Amino acid sequence: MNPHIEYLLRLGDSSLVLGQRLAEWTGHGPVLEEDIALTNIALDLVGQARLLLTHAGRLEGAGRDEDALAYFRDTAEFRNFTLCELPNSGIERGRAHGACYGFTVVRNLLFFAWQAQCWGALTDSADRDLAAIAAKSAKETAYHLRHAADWVVRLGDGTADSHARCQRALDQLMPYCNELFAADALEEDLAARGIGVRGADLKAGWDAQVRAVLEEATLTLPAACAFTSAGRRGQHSEHFEYLLAEMQSLARAHPGAQW
Amino acid sequence: MYTQAMDLAGAPTLAPASTPEEAAFNARIAADRKVEPRDWMPEAYRKTLVRQISQHAHSEVVGMLPEGNWITRAPSLKRKAILMAKVQDEGGHGLYLYAAAETLGVSRDQMLEALHAGRAKYSSIFNYPTLTWADMGAIGWLVDGAAIMNQIPLCRCSYGPYARAMIRICKEESFHQRQGFDIMLALSRGTTAQKAMAQDALNRWWWPVVQMFGPPDKDSVHSGQSAAWGIKRISNDDLRQKFIDATVPQAELLGLTIPDPQLKWNAERGHYDIGPIDWDEFWRVVGGEGPCNRERLATRVEAHEAGAWVREAALAHARKQGARARKRAA
Repeated sequence: MNPHIEYLLRLGDSSLVLGQRLAEWTGHGPVLEEDIALTNIALDLVGQARLLLTHAGRLEGAGRDEDALAYFRDTAEFRNFTLCELPNSGIERGRAHGACYGFTVVRNLLFFAWQAQCWGALTDSADRDLAAIAAKSAKETAYHLRHAADWVVRLGDGTADSHARCQRALDQLMPYCNELFAADALEEDLAARGIGVRGADLKAGWDAQVRAVLEEATLTLPAACAFTSAGRRGQHSEHFEYLLAEMQSLARAHPGAQW
Repeated sequence: MYTQAMDLAGAPTLAPASTPEEAAFNARIAADRKVEPRDWMPEAYRKTLVRQISQHAHSEVVGMLPEGNWITRAPSLKRKAILMAKVQDEGGHGLYLYAAAETLGVSRDQMLEALHAGRAKYSSIFNYPTLTWADMGAIGWLVDGAAIMNQIPLCRCSYGPYARAMIRICKEESFHQRQGFDIMLALSRGTTAQKAMAQDALNRWWWPVVQMFGPPDKDSVHSGQSAAWGIKRISNDDLRQKFIDATVPQAELLGLTIPDPQLKWNAERGHYDIGPIDWDEFWRVVGGEGPCNRERLATRVEAHEAGAWVREAALAHARKQGARARKRAA
């Protein structure tokens, strides 16, 4: 696949898949205001995905629109970070566990801090469409990040129980952040052409942002871990196929239909 | 969304004014001026409003569940985004309405407790399941369409905070109604399977929606009281007729058949006549025996209980912040 298109799919798929996860909270939040906030964030993420997938489809020139890309690609063709696809309940397999708000807001913090850095860098992209999408998305992400940071502080520095839940989430999620910064040939190529950005170049800004929040939240950064997930190369977790099967079920039952 | 027939529970009959405050209240109602939170009001008026507004708020929040059921499976990203925005609006309506009810001296916690304990009602329409994507169209087109008919008169309701909340809600509801109709339109112009899906949704939702306007006027013993107070402006049967007259041509435009063999234009009355409404079913569902009553309530209770630690932590953090601020100030 053209590396430029693949790069756009990475960005778009990460927004889409996390949007799908956050939308699972709709109607089930811990308090009505949060129900609304999470649905609103999910809506912004789906909006980002639509712009990025549409742009990728146009660049590809094979007639695939946002829906062809969202609904008719298989697991291994999705390029999102594994971080975004993990269930709201945690990394444990099986569907018996309930969704955890702590896991949700810690993941949001880690990903939105990355997105904030990424959009900031991409506003100068040589791909002017991507630069425009990044500029628009940066404004949304600033709000999403503030929402996540506020909640991580509240829950981390709340009760002993909420602290423990957030620490568990952080311990589970930090290893998946390695993928956000690991060296990668595709990223290197796109960065060299002025289109994309190297994950390594986002690390210092991300670290500073995340550490400041974790400190205020009295949470402890877990020890570094060598594991690096590979969702962005199409190698996903066991959790992902379920998300995709649910998301695509109706569209695939009626191929070619207009909705 | 909407809560049906606020006049289901009892309200006492209006007594002649026996105090100067009561006379002033009656004069205000008679002059069609708004009652505001700080104004004196009869206890029964306050209770009626608390019941109606909280039922309405609960309906918005419970109403997020049947539509939320299809967000993760919406068949296109555009439809997914529209549905998310719609369900989010409903949560927002719930917030305004809880806030309006709070001006009457009842807390959101108390209202939620009443809902979770099964004492407070919400609109029975949400006790029906959403089985296919076409239900997203049918709910928007029919349920929101019926809600608008019910709610427009509430914009002129005598209680100021409720009337003002309703003005904003009605604007959004009419947008939702058009979005629902647009889903139905796309399905009715689609494949054979999509058309069948649309017809099936109309078959399942039609009668429950017709019932949303509440029992017939002849059985609606408390409507007179609410009308006297300027809360209820148009009778159940009149609203129902208005809805049917508006909806039949829309169904024709969609090429769908309303599941009522007795539906017929009555030139003499200038209205459509309909077949008999199954009020036994209505009362069964209101009474808790509908297809989803138990699961809707259990889902709300579960979300609330599972979120208890989050709310406790937020309060604990706020207390710590307060203590730190006081320490710094000292």
